[in-house]
Amino acid sequence: MPRQTFILNGKNITVDVHDDVRVLWVLRDLLGVTGPKYGCGINVCKACTSHINGKAFNPCSVRVGDLARDDEVTTIEGLPDTVGKELHPMQQAWLDRDVPQCGYCQPGQIMAAVALVRKVRREGRSVTEGDLDGIRNICRCGTYTRIREAIKQGERNM
Amino acid sequence: MTAHAHDRTHRPTREEDDAAPLSVRRRSFLGYVVGGATLVAAADLGLGDSALAAVPTAPQPAEAYDLNDMLTDSCRPTANLITVTVHDDGTASFALPRMEVGQGITTSTAMLIAEELELPVSKVHVTLAPARPELEFNQLTGGSNTTISTYTPVRVAAAIAKGALLDAAAIQLGDSVENLRARNGVVQAPDGSSVTYAGLATKAASPVTRTVNVQLKDTSEFRVIGVGQNRVDARDAVMGRKEYTTDLQVKGALPTMVCRAPTLNGTPKRLRNRAEILKMPGVRDVARIDTGVAVRADTFGQCIDAIRAMKVDWDDGPVAGLGDADIVADLRAAEVALPTLPDNPLAKTIDTEVLFYFRSNSAMDTNSAIADVRKDHATIWSGLKSPITAQQRIAEALGMTPDQVTVNVVTAGGSFGRRLFFDGALEAAKISQAMGKPVKLMWHRADDARVGRGHPMSTSRIRVTHANGEVLAFQQSHTSVETDFRHGLGEIISAMAADLPGGYGNLGYAETIFSLTQEVPYDFGVVAQTLTETDDRFNTGSMRNIYSPDVRCAGELVVDQLAAAMGQDPYEFRKRFLRNDRVLAVLDKVAQVGGWGRTMPKGTAQGIAIHKEYKGASACLVEIDCRPRTVDRDIPDGVGGPRVTRVTYAIDAGLVVNPRGLEAQMQGGINDGIALALTSSLHLRDGHFLEASWDNYFYTRQWNTPPEVQVILMPSDSGQPGGAGEAGVAATFSAVACAYARATGTVPTYFPINHRDPLQFKPKPVVPPIPQSPVNGLKLTY
Ligand code: FES
Ligand code: FES
Repeated sequence: MPRQTFILNGKNITVDVHDDVRVLWVLRDLLGVTGPKYGCGINVCKACTSHINGKAFNPCSVRVGDLARDDEVTTIEGLPDTVGKELHPMQQAWLDRDVPQCGYCQPGQIMAAVALVRKVRREGRSVTEGDLDGIRNICRCGTYTRIREAIKQGERNM
Repeated sequence: MTAHAHDRTHRPTREEDDAAPLSVRRRSFLGYVVGGATLVAAADLGLGDSALAAVPTAPQPAEAYDLNDMLTDSCRPTANLITVTVHDDGTASFALPRMEVGQGITTSTAMLIAEELELPVSKVHVTLAPARPELEFNQLTGGSNTTISTYTPVRVAAAIAKGALLDAAAIQLGDSVENLRARNGVVQAPDGSSVTYAGLATKAASPVTRTVNVQLKDTSEFRVIGVGQNRVDARDAVMGRKEYTTDLQVKGALPTMVCRAPTLNGTPKRLRNRAEILKMPGVRDVARIDTGVAVRADTFGQCIDAIRAMKVDWDDGPVAGLGDADIVADLRAAEVALPTLPDNPLAKTIDTEVLFYFRSNSAMDTNSAIADVRKDHATIWSGLKSPITAQQRIAEALGMTPDQVTVNVVTAGGSFGRRLFFDGALEAAKISQAMGKPVKLMWHRADDARVGRGHPMSTSRIRVTHANGEVLAFQQSHTSVETDFRHGLGEIISAMAADLPGGYGNLGYAETIFSLTQEVPYDFGVVAQTLTETDDRFNTGSMRNIYSPDVRCAGELVVDQLAAAMGQDPYEFRKRFLRNDRVLAVLDKVAQVGGWGRTMPKGTAQGIAIHKEYKGASACLVEIDCRPRTVDRDIPDGVGGPRVTRVTYAIDAGLVVNPRGLEAQMQGGINDGIALALTSSLHLRDGHFLEASWDNYFYTRQWNTPPEVQVILMPSDSGQPGGAGEAGVAATFSAVACAYARATGTVPTYFPINHRDPLQFKPKPVVPPIPQSPVNGLKLTY
């Protein structure tokens, strides 16, 4: 069986699994990293949103064989370490706004929000209502109102 | 869980304490300090306020005795204890015999305990109790009833624990209990000496079980209840540490999925390529069960590959070949004639019929369960709102007795009514038995959307008669595909039926629930609401707020038509005809805060609606934008449609335990109401539902959600809490429907309004039944 090597939450990791297994299953089923959630498996719901080299990606739609040795995968578990704190400012904003209901979609929402702020910063601007409207992550509990508030707060503190 | 060995000669009773020198007479309650090494205080979960004060005399039964009264009363006769334990680290714990699905009951329960026990909320740990068959009816989470039914007993247990701690402290500090003050987990004497709960927990324990009498705090003394509290599980949730069923690691429970039939509820005859499937990478086991062909593998991805490769012969399901139009025709055929009213030559009649298509209550966390079935014992882990019924049904299916089946309740990623059933748990048990191995079953999203339970299709017909500015009669006849209540609620009704006031005993479950939830809070003369159910071929259940969203939506659309017919403003008209002060107050509130009647541009409009249920009242004022440039927004793989731009929502939920949680529930319910009105439904075509994912089933998304939402929690002098989990849906749905009708000048005759538009997605195939995961994710990073 092929050996797959990549960087996960700051650590080098090697796992024996076929190339075509999607990264989500490698994380959840083989490595026990369960922060990224399954919600569709077809890159629609965004519950699995994590980061690759600092950008948002959906591990349900990437083959593990397509990851390079030096690709850095960050899941919600590794997010606080990227700022060297116990909580990333976006997670803190989520807590301050008491966003989660069932909580299932929230790791993906937070990872998407962090990537959105980074993206608009690269574009030299800040998050607009239009950007918020464009977020594709589903929340079936309907926490959208608080998500919008939290993103604005998290952006200020990032 | 703490064992409660006790021998009771009498049931705890509640008595009026006439001797209390308080202006507000306080009740005292009986409970127990349970014998043991650590402090365990117990109360009977059956404690509560009797709602059976009077047999209803009003024409509308739900006003005097509603579903919540029945659910609360059904808990009453069960002689069973719930226990609060105080540990020697100064924390308290409680195993809640209910299910947390996101509605925030672990938080609100921790608050109730913190209040009476004088402990910070952070030091109260609430877990979910496994199935406790001795609780009989009292372990069902539904009807927004948790806080209504547990409010008193949970506080009684906590108060008894505090009493025992104070007794122990009195000895330790050498003072009398009356002089001591407990606060924040510390007992203090007037001389400044103090002792912590940690230091008292063991000393406060009682070697034998003893009965104690306690009084609860008066609402004026509350410091925790009524103050906004963040969720106790939020930190775990935002750190990715909150565990749902599929996150649990149970030895040997490998990923398992099921290949399902191309028609709804079809059954497998034969897997033609079993040997080939077993040779696929990662695949370990294959087994046929009644609902399909199960595969167990090292990863869920390999389960998906296997299912897509399976060649299965199927027997058709019961609706093979049928589509929406067939079911609509069946419903129409089942409709009963509306009763005719005495001839009144001056009276005018308005007749309305509204059709509501099938809707899905698929949650983000799909149906899932872990099952480890051995020869003479089975263990189940799953998100279950009726674990006792689940335990019984699973035992039956496995050929075991219920005591051979341990059912653990796990927090779930949403329910919306779906987890009243245990489809995943039952299926996992059968698979584990067939394979002889532990399994971690997860439904694919496509199955969860298509095969999972939903809200039945229904029609609501209303006939109103009015003359000289008065409404003489309001008749509503609701006809629906059957709502499945066979998850324990049905059993409660059967058991309670004979004791219910007003002769409910003769009605079926569904009619009983209908009449216990529905009421028309207007002075509309002769009011009658009836339910006819037909067709049990679909997988249905009580989706959030059960009948109310549809019934109320049709009703409020008619109220707007009545107002128009009488030349009156929709708000003024409601004000004039409402006959309940609480409803009137919330209506006035939204009208005032939301600016009812302000000038709106053409193609946009306001809509206003009210709802009364769950021992509360709600009103919603929305603004909608139906202008073409909004409706025709280009949304890839989604629907734009009319946008609700602003929502003002007022709720009177009685005594509010956690205002922050209540606000969250309303915000969620608002998005549900918008989805029901505008975007989300299931299309039945050729024997199956088309929607197989979130890019097919259009639940409210960020581009649909209102940019402006204001929720107002009404002050209440009620000493009793109302229900929260579902109370946001019906008024929102109705207000959006009314606003849409006013903005477009067309009263919709079916919902959601986009159901008959050309499909805005390409249906995924039914063979294979689930889609493959894409591989282009690295091209889509941002
Ligand atoms: S599971 Fe990855 S996007 Fe839905
Ligand atoms: S919090 Fe439940 S799905 Fe988002």
